[in-house]
Amino acid sequence: MSTTTLPPGEKTDPRSAPERKNGVSDRARSERKLGWLLAGPAFVVMLAVTAYPILQAVYESLFSYRLTDPANRSFNGLNNYWVILSDPIWWQAIWVTVFITVVTVAVELVLGFGLAMVMAKALSSIRPVVRAAILIPYAVITVVSAFAWQFAFDINTGFVNSWFAWIPGVTENTDWFGDRWQSLLVICLAEIWKTTPFISLLLLAGLAQVPEVLQEAAKVDGATWWQRLWRVTIPNMKAAIMVALLFRSLDAFRVFDSIFIMTGGANGTESVSFLAYRQTIARLEIGLGSAVSVLLFLVVVLIAFSFIKAFKVDLASTRGE
Amino acid sequence: MPNAPGEKSRKGRAAGAAASLVAVAVLAACGSDSGDDTTLTWYTNPDSGGQAEIAARCTEAAGGAYTIETAQLPRESSQQREQLIRRLAAEDDSIDLMSLDPPYIPEFAEAGFLAPVPEDVAERVTEGVVQSAVEGSTWDDELVAVPFWANTQLLWYKQSAAEAAGLDMEEPVTWEQLAAAAEEQGTQIAAQGIRAEALTVWVNALIEGAGGSIIEETAEAPEDIELGLRSDAAVEAARVMESVAPVGGPAFSTAGEDANVTDFEEGDAAFMVNWPFVWPRALGAVEAGTLEPSVPEDYGWARYPRTVEGEESRPPYGGINIGVGAFSQNTDLAYEAAECIVSEENQTYYFVTNGNPAALASVYDDPEVLEVFPQAPLIRESLEAAAPRPQTVYYSEVSGALQRVYHPASSVQPGVTGEQAAELIQAVLAGEELL
Repeated sequence: MSTTTLPPGEKTDPRSAPERKNGVSDRARSERKLGWLLAGPAFVVMLAVTAYPILQAVYESLFSYRLTDPANRSFNGLNNYWVILSDPIWWQAIWVTVFITVVTVAVELVLGFGLAMVMAKALSSIRPVVRAAILIPYAVITVVSAFAWQFAFDINTGFVNSWFAWIPGVTENTDWFGDRWQSLLVICLAEIWKTTPFISLLLLAGLAQVPEVLQEAAKVDGATWWQRLWRVTIPNMKAAIMVALLFRSLDAFRVFDSIFIMTGGANGTESVSFLAYRQTIARLEIGLGSAVSVLLFLVVVLIAFSFIKAFKVDLASTRGE
Repeated sequence: MPNAPGEKSRKGRAAGAAASLVAVAVLAACGSDSGDDTTLTWYTNPDSGGQAEIAARCTEAAGGAYTIETAQLPRESSQQREQLIRRLAAEDDSIDLMSLDPPYIPEFAEAGFLAPVPEDVAERVTEGVVQSAVEGSTWDDELVAVPFWANTQLLWYKQSAAEAAGLDMEEPVTWEQLAAAAEEQGTQIAAQGIRAEALTVWVNALIEGAGGSIIEETAEAPEDIELGLRSDAAVEAARVMESVAPVGGPAFSTAGEDANVTDFEEGDAAFMVNWPFVWPRALGAVEAGTLEPSVPEDYGWARYPRTVEGEESRPPYGGINIGVGAFSQNTDLAYEAAECIVSEENQTYYFVTNGNPAALASVYDDPEVLEVFPQAPLIRESLEAAAPRPQTVYYSEVSGALQRVYHPASSVQPGVTGEQAAELIQAVLAGEELL
């Protein structure tokens, strides 16, 4: 943790020090203690604001419980989970969510990488302007961005139909939100526009980590730009790519705002979060809604683990340990 | 870094003091609203400022007995319900008065979120009120809210188009006639095909217009509720939706009331079912110079179309009734304020300025109202014949399920869709399916 701040000479000292106990030196132990003291309060706050609600949701999910009828709250075990998993609506929501996640994250990764390169290579005089311009969409509130995209594509208020009538399939009367795939297309576009800057920012940090000496060595060896990109740049920023992909996938899997604003879940565009919203907030079925939320949480955890396994990257390595 | 003795505790004390200062400030901020006992908070649905004005008028009339402050709810009625019901479930005592959309009133009443209406108040606020508004404020044979304004839809048409199609608008028309006329004239019917509460309003009016009901018999246990979605009336309703969808315009599946009125004003649609707000909206647009005066001059209005020939139509019923929060500290004052809010004078003001029709029948004879709303007698007639949406504690589920199955209207099949909706509602109410 704080070892990276020590001079290289000292870094190796504790490991060979004679006062090792259980493989950990006194020094490392006191540092660990300091670490806990520093991170402890934040850890407690995290537990209070995330672990507690999650455990509460797990507990509530075992009940049949309607907010307006607390007197009839009854324990029904795993029945809520059975209801959800045996319902085609759940599976449809899962596939819609997977679709949105895969499409948006894939496109964002490519676009974000391009933008990161632009930001990294831009002339230093215009770099701040380029960065600010690229980051603006990320600063827009998701609901506002969703409204903007909805108004743009709306058949009455939108300009898209008249501007893009030259594209085959687009006419003055194209109702973008009247069909499943068209709705999903606009939702994905809005998501991509909004969150590509986030990915590019993370990738920019990764690009900065690639040692210039490696690039130069490759250049000396006669590697082309393309070879350097694939053999030097990308392998060296694997951790940054993995962090960007992981964060965005988790984020994308919880997509809600754009769907809520643009289609209200019509035409089979409901995501898993939307399903949780409908059960918990609209129907006030706290038990069923909590079960949906718990399942969503489990899927998100699963995504996180599979990313870490698939990329074989130790997140701690990004700290330089 | 070594700590000087005593430094740690001094820092701790300073942090503690800062924390308590923040806590005091936060508590004070929370308390300042409810500190004054005579302040009543009225949660209102968004309008053109009418409810805020009425609140100011009643505050003045109360002569210091109470002050009404308004707090605005979200735009969609379903979201208004969500916000209110979650606050009330947490026993929020800041909710003194609330503007409630009638279909949600049973749910609020059954959950014990509405303070009981005193008998004398109930007597006074129902006197001379149109029947549908009284029914909309009643649950379990008891008045649970104060009727404020009552809304209904009319059939709006362009006189020129109706004439060209040879429709006699003096006589009742059916949806089928309208669909045929629209097809023949190459125009559209603007109706609410959007997957929202408005779709339920339409489906309900169609089924009621054929002599049926979405809920034939309500029951305490959700699974015992008897649905009328497999009836002949529901088949007739589906038939109407099937015939209207092709002439509903290219964006029929996303068209709500506002999109409808835009289509109607722009001339894309020559027929429209919509609430009376479209009239002041058109006149306002003419005044603002955004609409040609000839457009509203061509407006015609008639009773809501019939689902089947020979059977009176049952126009939709909407509007707002005033509920008093069960956890309010001032329920007596709140009912006093509610009586002021729904006074004849205020209802007239609200009708004339905001275009929201009164619940009191006498308002419709007011010359001022008749001058602004030449449709007033028709609105009153429609309100007397209007059918409320299903009255049930589980309205949100029923409406949500209907919207899922009946949307888009172009997919509706007579004899099939009703059956599907009934199955879904029953499964959802039995807790066997998600919504």
